[in-house]
Order: sequence, then C-alpha cells, then structure tokens
Amino acid sequence: MNQQSGESRPILVGLAGQPNVGKSTVFNLLTGLRQHVGNWPGKTVERREGIALFEGVRLTIVDLPGTYSLTANSPEERIARDFILKERPDVVVMIVDAAALERNLYLLSELLLLPVPVVLGLNMMDVARSQGIEIEPRVLSVALGIPVVPMVASRAQGVAELASEALRMVRQAGEYKPARPAIAEPHREVLAEVGSLLGNQVPSPYQAGWVAMKLLEGDQEAIALAQRWLPEASWKQIEALLAAHEDAILDIAAGRYEWIGRMVRAAVKRPRLGQISLTDRLDRYALHPVWGLILLLGVFALVFALTFQIAGPVQDWLDTGVVEPLRERVIRSLTGAPPWLSGLLADGVLGGAGIVVTFVPILVIFFAALALLEDTGYLARAAYVMDRYMHRLGLHGKSFLPLCLGFGCNVPAVMGARVIESRSGRLLTILLAPLVPCSARLLVLAFLAPIFFGETALLVAVGFVAANLIVLAIAGIGLSRTLFRGERMFFIMEMPLYHAPNGRTITRFVWHNTRAFLRKAGSLILAFSILLWALSYFPVPGLENSYLARFGHSLAPLGEWLGLDWRLLVALLASFVAKENAIAALGILYGSEAGTGLAATLAATVPAASALSFLAATMLFIPCAATVAVMHQETGSWRWTLFGVTLLLVIALGAAALVYQACRLLGFGMA
Amino acid sequence: MKNTSTTLSLDQLPKGASAVVRNLRGGTELKSRLAAMGLTEGARLLVLQNTGHGPMLVNVRDTRVALGRGEAIKVLVEKTGT
Repeated sequence: MNQQSGESRPILVGLAGQPNVGKSTVFNLLTGLRQHVGNWPGKTVERREGIALFEGVRLTIVDLPGTYSLTANSPEERIARDFILKERPDVVVMIVDAAALERNLYLLSELLLLPVPVVLGLNMMDVARSQGIEIEPRVLSVALGIPVVPMVASRAQGVAELASEALRMVRQAGEYKPARPAIAEPHREVLAEVGSLLGNQVPSPYQAGWVAMKLLEGDQEAIALAQRWLPEASWKQIEALLAAHEDAILDIAAGRYEWIGRMVRAAVKRPRLGQISLTDRLDRYALHPVWGLILLLGVFALVFALTFQIAGPVQDWLDTGVVEPLRERVIRSLTGAPPWLSGLLADGVLGGAGIVVTFVPILVIFFAALALLEDTGYLARAAYVMDRYMHRLGLHGKSFLPLCLGFGCNVPAVMGARVIESRSGRLLTILLAPLVPCSARLLVLAFLAPIFFGETALLVAVGFVAANLIVLAIAGIGLSRTLFRGERMFFIMEMPLYHAPNGRTITRFVWHNTRAFLRKAGSLILAFSILLWALSYFPVPGLENSYLARFGHSLAPLGEWLGLDWRLLVALLASFVAKENAIAALGILYGSEAGTGLAATLAATVPAASALSFLAATMLFIPCAATVAVMHQETGSWRWTLFGVTLLLVIALGAAALVYQACRLLGFGMA
Repeated sequence: MKNTSTTLSLDQLPKGASAVVRNLRGGTELKSRLAAMGLTEGARLLVLQNTGHGPMLVNVRDTRVALGRGEAIKVLVEKTGT
C-alpha cells in the first residue's frame, strides 16, 4: 500500500468509462510516466495503475477496463464492479463521449447504484460540437446531482479541472446526493419482494437492494452468490419470482434510458443536421462487402510486409551480430571448463536467449501496427468485413488479423488474439493459430519438397498449405460445436468514429506487450531450450546417441504406423525448440551416411510415402516452444495450453498416419 | 406482445429504413448486451447497412452498432419510415 506522508493521505480513484471514450488518454495525462501495469488477480486482463500528484495530494488512479454496463457478462465487467465494491475507491471518475451521451450514461445509471461518489468527465466536447450537439455541463450537473466537467482530452483540456472536482468530491463526500434511476412501475413490487427475501443474508460489501436488481437482470454472478448465501427455501422462492419475471431485464434497461432521457433533456440541444461525417464517408468503402474486403486485404498485406520486411534484417543482425559472437566468446572463455558446461551455456542458454531476442523485432512492429489499426478505429471495420467468413468457423471477425499474421509467425498470432473481447473467442483463436503454417515451417516445406518430389514439389507444397487451412477450418467448426458450444460469441460491436492515432497510446501498447513477452514467455522459452539441449546432449554428446535418439527409437512402433523411422521422429522432436531445427537435425542424422550431401541422401533413403507423412506431421505438429510459451502467457492456464498442444499432436499424428496408410493402400511411394 | 402485425425483425429492414425497437428475444445475456448498446424498447434506429447476409450496421442513440445477423433477428422493431 502507499506510504502516508505528512498530511496528504493516498486517495484511491477508479477511472471508469465505456470503450472508445478516450479513457486511456485521460489516464496517461493524469499519471504521466508514473504507471504500473500488472494483471488483475487471477485474470488475463491488464490492470493499469498510476500515481497523480494534485494540489499536493497523492492520487492512486486505477484504470478500469472499458465496459458498456456493470452486469457480469464479461471478465472486464466483473473486474470493474468488483473493484468498486471491494476496493472501495474514494471516488470514481467516469469519462463519457459527449457525442454519444445517452448511451454512455447507461454505465453511469449503473454506477450511481453503487456506494461510491462519481464525477463525470464530458470528453470529446469538440466532436459533439462539430456534430451540432450543444451540451450545458452545468445544467447536466444539476440534474444528475454530481459534478460534470467538460473536456477535450486529445488536446489536454479539462483534465486538471476533472482532478480538482474529484478531489473536492473526496473532501466533501457527505454532500454527495446524486439522482438515481428507479425501476419501472411493473417491477417495483417484485424488486422489493426479492430484496426482502435476501433480507440480512447479504454480506458486506454487497447491498441487498443492488443484489436484488442484479438478480432481476439475470446476472449470473449475482445468481451464484445469492444461491450460496441463502437458505434453500428462500432461494427457491426467489428463483420462482425470477422465472415469473424473466423479461424484467428489458424493463430495467428501458427504465434506465428513460431516466437518462429526462436527465439530459434540459442540458442537450441538438438541431437536426443532415450532414454526412467523415466516418460515414470512409465507411461507405471500408464496410462495403467488396471494396471493404479489398481494402482489408491491402491493409493486412501491408502490415504483413512491414512486419517481416523490416524485422527480417534486424533479426539477422541480432543473430549474426549479437548472439553468435557472444556464443563464440562463451565457448572461447570456457575452453578449460568441462565440455557440457560450455555446451549448456552456448547451445542451451544462449540458443534459447537467441530465439527470444529474435522475436522482439517482429513483435515490436506487429504490436505497433495492431495498436495503430485499433486506435484509428479501423480494426473494428476489419472485424465487421471479415465476420461473415470467420463466423462460420466459430470465430470472431477480429480473429482474422492475428491468424493472417500467423503465416509469418505464430507468436504474434497468439498474442494478437488479445484484441478479441470475449474469452471464448480469444481462446479459440489461440488454439487455432498454430495451425496456420508459419514462415519457419514454410521454410522446411520449401527445403524438403523439392528434394522428395522434384518437379511436382510446388504442387505438393501448395497442397500442404491448403491442407493446413482446411484442417484449421475443420478444427474451428469442430471446437465451436463441441467444447465452445453455447459459448456463442455475440457479434455486437460499436463502430467508433475514425480518429487520428495517439503516438503515446501506441508506444505504451508496444512497450507493455513486448516487455510482457520477454518476462513471461522469455523464461519459458529458455527453459524449453535448455531441456531440449540436455536431452540431445546426454548421456553421450551428439544427437545420434542422446536420450532424444533413444526416445526416438522407443517410439519405433508408433513410427512404423506413421511410416517414420527413428531419425525422422527425432527430427520432429527437435523441431520443438524452433521449427527450422528439423533441417539441422536431419543434417546431423542423415548427413553422416554418405558424402553426397543431405539432399541426395534424403532422396535416396526416405521413401516418398514417408516423406509425405513427415511433411504432414511437421506442418501440423505441436507448436514451437515460443508459441507454447505465449499460449501459456495469454491463456493464463496450463490446462488450456496442454489441451492446445495435445490437440495439435493428435491432429499431426493423425494426419501423418492417414497420409501414410493411404499411400500404403494405394501402393504409392513405398520405397 | 403488442402490434404483432407491424413488428418485424431488424434483419428484414433495408438500408436507410428507420424504426423503433419494440422487443428483444433471446437469452438474458444477449438481451443485456443489446440493452447496454442502447437497443431497448423505444429506441429509434436507422439502418446504415444491410446487404442481406453477414453483419449489419445501425445507428442507435448516436452510436454506430454492428450486429451479426443472428443477433439482429432477435431485435423486434416497428418501421417508421425510409
């Protein structure tokens, strides 16, 4: 907790608001660089906290996730309300978009029911004005009974006044008398009845009246809590009441908007303007089924090209200019030491660290592009255009960009899934992302296909990529109809106005995400690298006689079914640290046989059916160590990570067996 | 349900049509999500895009809201003009 120094005591401020209201800008303006980013306990949602010094007082500001309401439909909504109920901030500052005031105030109508004073920041006054909407903050303030501060956060206007009002509210908390929406007549009685059944069974910090309201709204968390608190008999009574008033949610919501309408009536003047805004003009193309798709493919191709064109040379430089010299120095300085030690440091540790480091350029550029697309409002359009296609795979329209980037590298594909709001949508995207053939696997394919298939190599390669995408589609449909059944992702999305991107928002996004990767995924990748090094080094140095090779031998019965001998199995296992390792491993295992080079040896010793099987397994095999590490980072769960890995293992081995057995039946390429 | 004869589901409205929301169908979660986006009884809306398949776009309470077809079917509206 914060240190108390002298007279000033730390004041806890919750910053609330719906998405797309400029809340992050306000947060950044208030806290400057004094920010801390972590995760909400037990959640994969970011918790941003910052310190603001104002009038000599230290304010701890917590940026709550942007939510449209406070019903527990999503982890974000649960976090926002749990924070207010359990951490009891001294004041909640709510930011609204003045140009869409009524819808924004829906969240306020819920906030006012909680026992914390609220200050309203009326942001984007300039946008509202340009649309012909005139708002009288003072009139609104009188109607609502809370302070209302007009702001243009993008030009840093009104932020100091907002902080000052928040501070005043904390000092004069006793005078807080807001207007509160009341439930509509038809359900007033039933609300009172549920409230009295809850009686004094509701433990602090909850209040019976609020819980009763949430129960009538069908809030799943409130239902679970009430069931736990109440004796069976009273719960049964409440359950019956709720069943008889299933439609209460509609009346409650309509009642809130009716209240909002009364609150804003005197404060808002809006002449009818038949003008067409810039957003409308741009959307005519961006959301068009044909033009929108062309634009989207163009934008994504550009992102893809930028990411890998710029990151590629930087990666090479890091590899040859930094990691490799470091490795040589380690080896040289350890000449006297036992060989295993220099192997561990040079190959295990530095090998792993090298992999981690070379991901950084890709991630930095990808995150910058993602933040830019999100911040300008374009990502929502891309999701809209793609939804009609992704929908069929049980995926959200927003899944398309991450999956698209997967062709370059699966790591940003998995991390990019965080732009999807719903947890099930995010999970499904993370599980499916490794089925997109990444550039490392495409490299292996491009290297091996000509060796085995000569002139038909291109056809074989294209066939494999197509097969990957078909498997992805089947897996998507399969998972969304089984495991994710009922978890339908509703496609209800706000299309924000287009606006100029904010450099600071983008820089922060890149910085926090890259740092998270280095910290969390980085250590895991290192661990995997050391483990695999040890398995390939002990008990006798050299891959041929290692534990990994023994493991490959012991898998011979399985290998027979797949048409893979122990060397191909070991190469498959070795590709776990990095996919391109498959080629290096094949080089070690086959290269020693004849002096004619790897390509000739492979072509001579591996039958076509086995080659097909090997390629099928490689293309669909468990993701590389880095991908597994970010899968764990993003899902926050080993169970889901292992599920994903197992799923891919089953798919890969299944496909390999299918290919090989089909070849055997047809008598194709059997040596 | 009132005025069943004149209510239709939102997905049937063409681009440019305006309407008033009369009722929502579907589960509680969907209703609560739609309500939070401003789609409640009495809300006026304008259809900005509807190509007959895939998602559609409406303007409701000064907000552009995209709805999947499956979601739009659950919104019952009364047409007020084109």
